[in-house]
Amino acid sequence: MSDAQAISPAPTVDWNSDQARRRLRRRYAADRRLQAYGIMAIALAVGLLGVLVTSLISTGYPAFVQTKVDLPIYIDPSEVDAEDPAKGKYRSMVRAALEKAVPGIPEDQLRDVGKILTSDAPYIVRDYVVDHPDTIGTTITLPIAVSDPFDQLHKGVIPKEVDALTWSQVHYFERLKNRGVVVEQDGLTSLKLDVYVDPTKVEAGDFAAIARDSLQAYLPTVHDTALFAMLADDAPDAIAKRVAEDPSIIGKTVQILFPVSPPVAELAEGKTPKVLNPRFAPEQIKAFDVMEKDGLIRTPFNWELFFNADSRFPERAGLAGAITGSFFALIVCFLLSFPIGIAAAVYLEEFAPKNRFTDLIEVNINNLAAVPSVVFGLLGLAVFLGFFGLPRSAPLVGGMVLSLMTLPTIIIATRAALKAVPPSIREAALGVGASKHQVMIHHVLPLALPGILTGTIIGMAQALGETAPLLLIGMNAFIPSVENMGLLEPATSLPTQIFSWADSPERGFVSRTSAAILVLLGFLVIMNIIAITLRQMFQRKW
Amino acid sequence: MEAKVEAQPAVRAKAPVVPERKVGAVPAEQELKMKATNVNLWYGEKQALFDVNLEMYDKSVTALIGPSGCGKSTFLRCLDRMNDVIDGCRVEGDIRLDGEDVYAPRVDPVQLRARVGMVFQKPNPFPKSIFENVAYAPRIHGLARSKADLAEIVERSLTKAGLFEEVKDRLEEPGTGLSGGQQQRLCIARAISVNPEVLLMDEPCSALDPIATAKIETLMDELRENLCIVIVTHSMQQAARVSQRTAFFHLGKLVEVDETSKMFTNPTDQRTQDYVTGRFG
Repeated sequence: MSDAQAISPAPTVDWNSDQARRRLRRRYAADRRLQAYGIMAIALAVGLLGVLVTSLISTGYPAFVQTKVDLPIYIDPSEVDAEDPAKGKYRSMVRAALEKAVPGIPEDQLRDVGKILTSDAPYIVRDYVVDHPDTIGTTITLPIAVSDPFDQLHKGVIPKEVDALTWSQVHYFERLKNRGVVVEQDGLTSLKLDVYVDPTKVEAGDFAAIARDSLQAYLPTVHDTALFAMLADDAPDAIAKRVAEDPSIIGKTVQILFPVSPPVAELAEGKTPKVLNPRFAPEQIKAFDVMEKDGLIRTPFNWELFFNADSRFPERAGLAGAITGSFFALIVCFLLSFPIGIAAAVYLEEFAPKNRFTDLIEVNINNLAAVPSVVFGLLGLAVFLGFFGLPRSAPLVGGMVLSLMTLPTIIIATRAALKAVPPSIREAALGVGASKHQVMIHHVLPLALPGILTGTIIGMAQALGETAPLLLIGMNAFIPSVENMGLLEPATSLPTQIFSWADSPERGFVSRTSAAILVLLGFLVIMNIIAITLRQMFQRKW
Repeated sequence: MEAKVEAQPAVRAKAPVVPERKVGAVPAEQELKMKATNVNLWYGEKQALFDVNLEMYDKSVTALIGPSGCGKSTFLRCLDRMNDVIDGCRVEGDIRLDGEDVYAPRVDPVQLRARVGMVFQKPNPFPKSIFENVAYAPRIHGLARSKADLAEIVERSLTKAGLFEEVKDRLEEPGTGLSGGQQQRLCIARAISVNPEVLLMDEPCSALDPIATAKIETLMDELRENLCIVIVTHSMQQAARVSQRTAFFHLGKLVEVDETSKMFTNPTDQRTQDYVTGRFG
């Protein structure tokens, strides 16, 4: 090549010059920085995931156990008809059992004490007796769930005692102390206040108002009735007594010692005053303590969380209805979206002519994957319920709506999997005289199957967690029993169940919501494991 | 699933000329197998082949040589209509197999490809067992009536491809587990399992080592007894060794075609001369 002579020789590079070394250092630093960014990003993501799972587990774990009472119940033959055990006075039998377990409950408290047990207790006994009619006339020991407040009490979520004084009352006390009005006398804590004995109020006999006014004078900026609750109930009597002793003080300002309320007195002694949690009646706590002492209270694993359907009472509520509903909806979703998705993808990828129309279809399918799911819900509401008149709340419609969402995912995943099959395999098959559909069915689809399955299962996992479209077609029904569930019957699903539990005011639903989320996450993890396993099972090398 | 396509029995009319068993030898009398007349081809707007005229004879090897991108592979793929599946590819002209237009509307490309087999540059066995690789084509074309038939076809094809002795104990193992040369011979066995009349080979040895290449070249020479072979190659030595006729392509045009010995010793065209002597390309 004669041209080579025209090119000037390459400049010699000194690889040991300062410049070269600096460049090398900079390159290493850039490498390290890039790695550090990556590690930071991963650490952030893993950290956030950890926070999520930790918080879910820490709030959700109490729901996986349930406080129960092993209550021996005598099934009184005089109160149960052996022919028709469903009709019996189970409520009174449970009450009698409770009376026996905790002797000495006053008659008028019996109703309150009965509230320790779940309101479903008579039905639990009834269902058991209906299943076991031979137990009539015997004493059976059934684990009966306790009602939500006692469940929470036993798990330590809500305390038995609460602070008697509010934070502001403690603060007011500090301020009064600084003013020097708190005095100890004869072992009693009193407030030594300047009192203007208002003649009009004395005439009206309203000594309490005088006491309030005098206390208010010390803390003029405080407008809080809790301040006055710090005085003992008999504090006004001290004024009445002084007035009775010496009527001349009326209209004058005198110093009077007011006794403080018992919690404040405790506070003055340096203790933290406590009172019984106002949720509980003293008799209830007493009875509960007796049962606990007798070893009747247990906290077994809460199988009912998985085998019971929904209930108004958190201690009886479970996920069986939601799991069944989700299962039905996913089956429908799979049966619709898997064949349709693969057929559409195969046609678009392998057979469709490339023109504007197919381009348009392609763009639209890709866009469909990004459409908010609530829109699909509206579509389902309008088309499936409104136009075709399918039943509301049914898993069939839920599955159809979910398949609208899954279809784009499956189509995109299938097309990607088909594209990933090497062209040499197609050529080989075409070269030996296989027709297009033979190439497809015998060679390309089997090779693309792992990718298709992965995409499908990821789509299904997405559908499993979808809430909004199901809410719109009403698939958040209250399902107290799984017995009558079917494709066309009203149903609920895991995410909508979580949604309605999260909305419930009872304390027990807080942990149950977290537990349900954990169950949902568990299903998602299982589905992903299945996807990975299938992919590895069907993977073939070429 | 089995396609109801009867394989075309290899028509071998007239008394066959017994080829000399000398590599590179030209049979005295040849029977025309495929004939391309004025073939033009476009990929979209771009024309890749210009008025190619080529005759390919039965029981002989025709080598297509030329620099990269000259259209020799494209031309090869026209012969069994593999270009049909490429979007925007348009073929004009006349290509005949035994006097029958392969681009005629009534010709089924699938059936055609059973008559005209193909071996590709990179060994591409199916990710299935060795047996399945060879049995696939006879099965979809309905060539075997029973399992024993099929096994016989597989054995015969593998034997012809010179692979049977090496793999007879592991027919159920995946074909992708073989070495490169074995894979390519497996692909040849697969291609000849349906008794094609023509075998197209697109640089069959470019991914192989010299020993495997030598085996395939010997194989080609044996196969030529019953077949018309068209081979695309980048190796001039290979063309000289295995072919009876050589066609030189340049820039989408067929520059020259003649008997191999003449092409490499005394070509008519200057460009052929330059190419075979290594002056360009």
